[in-house]
Amino acid sequence: MEPNIPDIIFIFVLAIFVGIEVISKVPSMLHTPLMSGTNAIHGIIFFGGILVLADATTLLAQVLGFVAVVFGSANVFGGFMVTDRMLQMFKKKKK
Amino acid sequence: MNSTIAYIIIGVSVLFIIGIKLLASPKTARIGNLIAAAGMLIALVSLHKPTGGYVWSQGWAFNYTLIAIGTVIGLAIGAIGAYSVKMTAMPQMVAMFNGLGGGAAALVASLEFERVAHSNAGITAFGAGSMLFATLIGSLSFSGSIIAYLKLEGKFEKPMTFPGQNILNGLILLVILGLCGFLTFNASGGNAATAFIVMFCLALFFGVAMVMPIGGADMPVVISLLNSFTGLAVAADGFAIDNLAMVVAGTLVGSSGTLLTLLMCKAMNRPVTNVLFGAFGSGGGGGAAAAGVVGTVKPIQADEVALLLAYAQRVVVVPGYGMAVAQAQHSVRELTEELGKRGVEVQFAIHPVAGRMPGHMNVLLAEANVPYDQLIEMEQINP
Repeated sequence: MEPNIPDIIFIFVLAIFVGIEVISKVPSMLHTPLMSGTNAIHGIIFFGGILVLADATTLLAQVLGFVAVVFGSANVFGGFMVTDRMLQMFKKKKK
Repeated sequence: MNSTIAYIIIGVSVLFIIGIKLLASPKTARIGNLIAAAGMLIALVSLHKPTGGYVWSQGWAFNYTLIAIGTVIGLAIGAIGAYSVKMTAMPQMVAMFNGLGGGAAALVASLEFERVAHSNAGITAFGAGSMLFATLIGSLSFSGSIIAYLKLEGKFEKPMTFPGQNILNGLILLVILGLCGFLTFNASGGNAATAFIVMFCLALFFGVAMVMPIGGADMPVVISLLNSFTGLAVAADGFAIDNLAMVVAGTLVGSSGTLLTLLMCKAMNRPVTNVLFGAFGSGGGGGAAAAGVVGTVKPIQADEVALLLAYAQRVVVVPGYGMAVAQAQHSVRELTEELGKRGVEVQFAIHPVAGRMPGHMNVLLAEANVPYDQLIEMEQINP
């Protein structure tokens, strides 16, 4: 299927503004978890790895696709886990 | 793409946006992270090929065994890393995960480039451009993150500079861009494979050359910047393989990461250009130190401190990274609890860059069970 390029660019441009808008008021105490959390979200590249490996036909493509899946999987799972581990410690004072 | 998948992708995008939004407040941050993770899970379960086929119903070819093995290995690496890392070593961990993501983005783009360039339909300039962009940025982010990781681990922490470094880096970048330009219009020619490999290697080298001159203390800014780079590489991969979820997620990370980088630089009171190229100018950060410090140092004994604290009405603790290195945050928390029992109002004033990156000190204190409503930012504590 031929991608509709203007549509994709339209989505891209709007997403830029959304990305800026949602974190514009973040306190600096959350910079570290936020960086870690967004780091986990770009772990969606894991799916890119799955898609190219699923269609791989040559040995080289299988090897590189495999590496991409390992990297992507570590990024997405590790990213969300480490962020959660950090954030579960942010507690309010117990009364 | 049929409309059901389109609606699922819209839902997933909304979950990502809400997730990031909730991450920006301490009360909701954990939920936000889980919402984003839920979005990721939905996207995985509903993953479709660019041609529209459902990925998980294509018959179990050997490649799927590879996918399963790779996923489990990655999951193990991620889980071990995430649950064994010390909180003081958190910046390294983020750098490492980010580098892996960048490497994956570069590999996906390379494979897709190779495949499409030799397909019957051939490659469009738009497709080639986005794949080359993802390869370049992804591999740069991969090697740069590894250097950042090593620097934070204490290996060659000092900035490495030599005369003409800026010019050499500029030249490398020009060669890379030239090769990209060549490849955009000669994707399947005889020299294309060689040009691609050279481009890939130069991009890896450029990542090293870019991060090497930057000092260990500025690494958080570098990691944040590379994080947004990886986001953009993922978005470009999304263009290339026509996966809108990747475009949205990558772009969100790219733009919010860029803003976060600028916010961090602002918190550190340094312009971003100063951080990235500061090592080249010699005078950059030395101004304050050169002015000299006047005054006398007055040492104080522990019992005097105890006396002062016990009879104070309000105590503000200003922690530095040394406290975390000495693992003293637990004792400090016990001290503040004792003071709290005596009716002393205790607060922590957190400098934005206390710790190894902005917000790191908050994480360290949170680990020691200090409630986050006692942690006050610099602007609020100084009226």
